[in-house]
Amino acid sequence: MNGVSETPLVELKDVRFAYGEREILKGVNLVVPRGKVVAIMGGSGCGKTTLLRLIGGQLRAVSGTVTVAGEDMGRIGRDRMYELRRRMGMLFQFGALFTDMSVFENVAFPLREHTDLPPELIESLVLMKLNAVGLRGAAHLEPSELSGGMARRVALARAIALDPMLIMYDEPFAGLDPISLGIIGQLIRRLNDALGASSVMVTHDVHESLEIVDYVYFVSDGRIVAEGTPDEIRASRDPFVHQFVHAEADGPVPFHMAAPPIGDSILNGRAA
Amino acid sequence: MNVWLSAFRRVGNMVTEGVWRLGFATRFLGLILLYSGQSLRRVHLTIREIYFSGVLSLLIIVVSGLFVGLVLGLQGYETLQRFGSGDALGVLVALSLTRELGPVVAGLLFASRAGSAVTAEVGLMKTTEQLKAMDMMAVNPIARVAAPRFWGGVIAMPLLAAIFTAMGIFGGWLIGVVVIGVDAGAFWSQMQAAVDFRYDILNGVIKSVVFGVAVSLIAVFEGYDCHPTAEGISRAITRTVVSSALAILALDFVLTSFMFRGTS
Repeated sequence: MNGVSETPLVELKDVRFAYGEREILKGVNLVVPRGKVVAIMGGSGCGKTTLLRLIGGQLRAVSGTVTVAGEDMGRIGRDRMYELRRRMGMLFQFGALFTDMSVFENVAFPLREHTDLPPELIESLVLMKLNAVGLRGAAHLEPSELSGGMARRVALARAIALDPMLIMYDEPFAGLDPISLGIIGQLIRRLNDALGASSVMVTHDVHESLEIVDYVYFVSDGRIVAEGTPDEIRASRDPFVHQFVHAEADGPVPFHMAAPPIGDSILNGRAA
Repeated sequence: MNVWLSAFRRVGNMVTEGVWRLGFATRFLGLILLYSGQSLRRVHLTIREIYFSGVLSLLIIVVSGLFVGLVLGLQGYETLQRFGSGDALGVLVALSLTRELGPVVAGLLFASRAGSAVTAEVGLMKTTEQLKAMDMMAVNPIARVAAPRFWGGVIAMPLLAAIFTAMGIFGGWLIGVVVIGVDAGAFWSQMQAAVDFRYDILNGVIKSVVFGVAVSLIAVFEGYDCHPTAEGISRAITRTVVSSALAILALDFVLTSFMFRGTS
């Protein structure tokens, strides 16, 4: 391997982000090495999806740098950003398929928008991509005719239509039945390796993720609180990781939202 | 005192909010125009929107135009014959429709039929992250979604107003000539003599283009700007219909006062 390929594809250095006064990320350092599948885990609302949007350039960090393929996402203009995005694929939580197009047209969309390929070649490519996710037979269906798991697989076929260097997944396992969950998990791993891409996925599905990823970051309260390979995570004695991996209701993340003592609330007869 | 103060604050808030939104909408129009070149080069995108906004609105436009013409024929004849000018019915029907009723009523119907549909569609695309997905695929949603819908509306609106006017004149003829028995020669020849192409018809067309721009901009902007929830979409659709109606009526007054000053 030469020096260039060893530099990570995505690198976040001391990234801070806030929506107005509300601070979401408080100095995050994170690396996605080339060819690897990296998971970002954490509870709901901890800033995971914000991280993904920063990597995709949909948001800009307040301070710190987000580097993708050597480009500082906070400094490049729209045209350069779009050039980079052509080499990225993103799977949205519920697929975000275009509802006015068939499955075939959805997967063909990036090809038609960004290439001048003849129709026969586009058709072959679309069918190959759909075949890769096992849904070549669904090409003629409308998005409304698909189950949640199928919609996500079609969206995955669309995300890899232009053979991206980076694939981003926003909660790829949310709301899926166990079979679909396994299929998506396997697809994420297999497509990453087959395309020679790198993947970053935001999820709170611990067990499915630990089966397929190379490295895990845990985010809590806007900071990386733990990181490691799946084996290290499973063996971790860190209280937060232990609570998360074993789905314990109470721990460093408390079961109760901060409130005055229950005796006071009950005796006073109100929630204040 | 506090009640007055909070009412005063609310008014102030509404005004600043309105100015903000007007600013955003103007900026949005600027972006649409900026990216229109990209989208108009792929003409099939705009033709598709002309179909959805224009062709699918034809039924309501044709039927409404016909009934407006029928009523205009009845009421117009009823009034004109008191002064012994029943033959001038053609003039009355044609001038009312080309100058005012055609553009205004067609605009109001267009806003409720096509404008609301555009807002709902764009709003739903936003809510289901389709616009974000497009942006992540390096496809500019303003060029791909907003601009074709805007131009589709701008092109469809004058055509619909023209069809509305034609149907109205047909309705007036049906009632006046066929049912009541006004002389057909007088009906058409007086109309032909009194209606001026530039002064009446062209001004009417200008009005319908202006209404088309206003309604299409409001419809696309409200969809694009809506709060991404079911309630947000419903509010956006309501705002589209209400704002479009107010905009059409206000613009109509301004345009009429510039175009027709009682000089002829």
